[in-house]
Amino acid sequence: MNDTMEVQSALAPGSYFFTGNEAAAEGAIAAGCRYYAGYPITPSSEIMERMAQRLKEVDGVFMQMEDEIASICSVVGASWSGSKAMTATSGPGFSLMQEALGYGVFTETPLVLVDIQRAGPCTGQATKVGSGDLMQAKWGSHGDYQIIALSPWSVQEMYDQTIEAFNLSEQYRVPVFVMADEAVGHLRERMDISPLVQTRNRYKKSGAAPFGTEENDGVPPMPSFGEGESITVTGSTHNEFGVRKTDDPAVHERLVGRINNKILNHRENIIQSEAYSLDDAEVIVVAYGFTARSAFFAVDQLRKSGKKVGLLRLKTIWPFADGLINRIGKLGKKLFVPEMNSGQVYGEIRKYAGCEVIPYHQTNGRIIHPKDIIAHIERII
Amino acid sequence: MARDLDAYLRQEVKSTPFCPGCGHGILMNIILRAIADMELDMKNILFVSGIGCAAWIPSPHFNGDTLHTLHGRAIAFATGAKMANPKLKVIVISGDGDLTSIGGNHLIHAARRNTNLTVICANNMIYGMTGGQVASTSPLGTITATTGEGNPYRPFDLCRLVLGAGAEYAARFSVTQPLVLMAAIKKALGMEDFTFIEALSPCPTQFGRRNKADSSVQMLKALMQDCITREQAKGMDKDLLKTKIITGEFHHE
Repeated sequence: MNDTMEVQSALAPGSYFFTGNEAAAEGAIAAGCRYYAGYPITPSSEIMERMAQRLKEVDGVFMQMEDEIASICSVVGASWSGSKAMTATSGPGFSLMQEALGYGVFTETPLVLVDIQRAGPCTGQATKVGSGDLMQAKWGSHGDYQIIALSPWSVQEMYDQTIEAFNLSEQYRVPVFVMADEAVGHLRERMDISPLVQTRNRYKKSGAAPFGTEENDGVPPMPSFGEGESITVTGSTHNEFGVRKTDDPAVHERLVGRINNKILNHRENIIQSEAYSLDDAEVIVVAYGFTARSAFFAVDQLRKSGKKVGLLRLKTIWPFADGLINRIGKLGKKLFVPEMNSGQVYGEIRKYAGCEVIPYHQTNGRIIHPKDIIAHIERII
Repeated sequence: MARDLDAYLRQEVKSTPFCPGCGHGILMNIILRAIADMELDMKNILFVSGIGCAAWIPSPHFNGDTLHTLHGRAIAFATGAKMANPKLKVIVISGDGDLTSIGGNHLIHAARRNTNLTVICANNMIYGMTGGQVASTSPLGTITATTGEGNPYRPFDLCRLVLGAGAEYAARFSVTQPLVLMAAIKKALGMEDFTFIEALSPCPTQFGRRNKADSSVQMLKALMQDCITREQAKGMDKDLLKTKIITGEFHHE
């Protein structure tokens, strides 16, 4: 139903030596983002600075707003005006944005948010790394809802996943988060830009109901302001034409059901992962983001010394890969879950694995070193 | 002269949600008449509102695009919509608590940037929808659900506030002054700047009944007596002046 399109890359194809933050900005431009609003915050500000420059070059709009609340609200407004729109932030800003993200979910507004996660809670250690915002990404706003959250492990993936985030947000009409760790945002390494970029544009159908479909997991077409459709958008419970229905249990149940089902029922199409050396592994490391780099190195080293260890890398955090973890759990191995938080994804894995799951938490503002992963696995294998 | 404003209203939602005696229905009428007089195309207008009684003036009634947003954030949403599509005429209509208390930061920054928005603030000087709590616009001494012994704080002068922040044009009139209020709205809509209209609107249900004006007629009469022009204010006794509301147009100097 959506329009997919192959477009020329915004940058000349070839190899680049970018930071993760620069790559996220380039991914946004390549995906067709033409509106950015943000507020300065470490360690994400380089995304905003690059967007300020790049949007000028592609005739887009850049706004430095008065705070993070205004930033995300203006992104929702711009999306309804027909722009692909994004913001980037870090923990404290992400906290401020939660109410409006709920608005984005309930009004089915495509938008992309890049969260360069730092060591929390609160102001925490602003320049240090953490992965503590993953549960916030899922549950930060009130009520029952679904979003999509991706987890990049490299500069290349900051580019690729930001493009993917825009495509998913247009396909499912939902806010999509790129949940990068500070270490990926500030990592500088080689990445490749290919000549063509796969993009997706929102599906439009004149006169159709913008907030309802026949299917209980469907994604309705989305008109834009100024197209003569007399759209009415509200964050209150609404019928399929957007008219407030705050006293009708059936309308509420149907709407809440659909905004959840349109993501959950398409989990298999959304969730991405990568597996390394799983076949004969006695211990499977399940990791994501920057920690998966350390885990990948550790698994490689352990294999060289004859240890049967594998790695499952989660590229999508939300919706959670419950089916995949359940299948992996049935292999009868031990799962080892290193994380730069107090076990946020470990808890999800334990829910679905049905086998022994061993957590490894680190919340000291530093990356998890491969030697620590090696030492722990050697104790449990 | 009766005018047919049917084309300006969403046909499937005709009844308004306002209490008897509320001024918002009058303001609704005045805004649509201003738009009709100017022959603006509703298909090209986006009405943005926040949360509260006044946010329901445009949403979902007005037959253009309407964006009913979060409490306090209407101007931020409107800024994104306008910047992404500058061809849209964007009008923000919301209440005093919404625009100037929880949303005060967005108000002054939009004025500072001179974003091309017309903000119409329906000022009833109280939080109506939530049950009559004190607002940043409630006069000194007002009895409210949270100031049983009278509001101890001074209210904002909204027009001076936005002019101080850089607004090019601000005007304050009451819904009891419909013709000058409509003229001010038309002037604001004709400008390519950040423009601000403070429309005083009576709330008999929450404000009046606690402050000895519990009929709509009493409240309307009180507004008619209290609203004076700057010319009338000249030379007026200072104590008497404190009980008055100076209405008129205010330009950036």
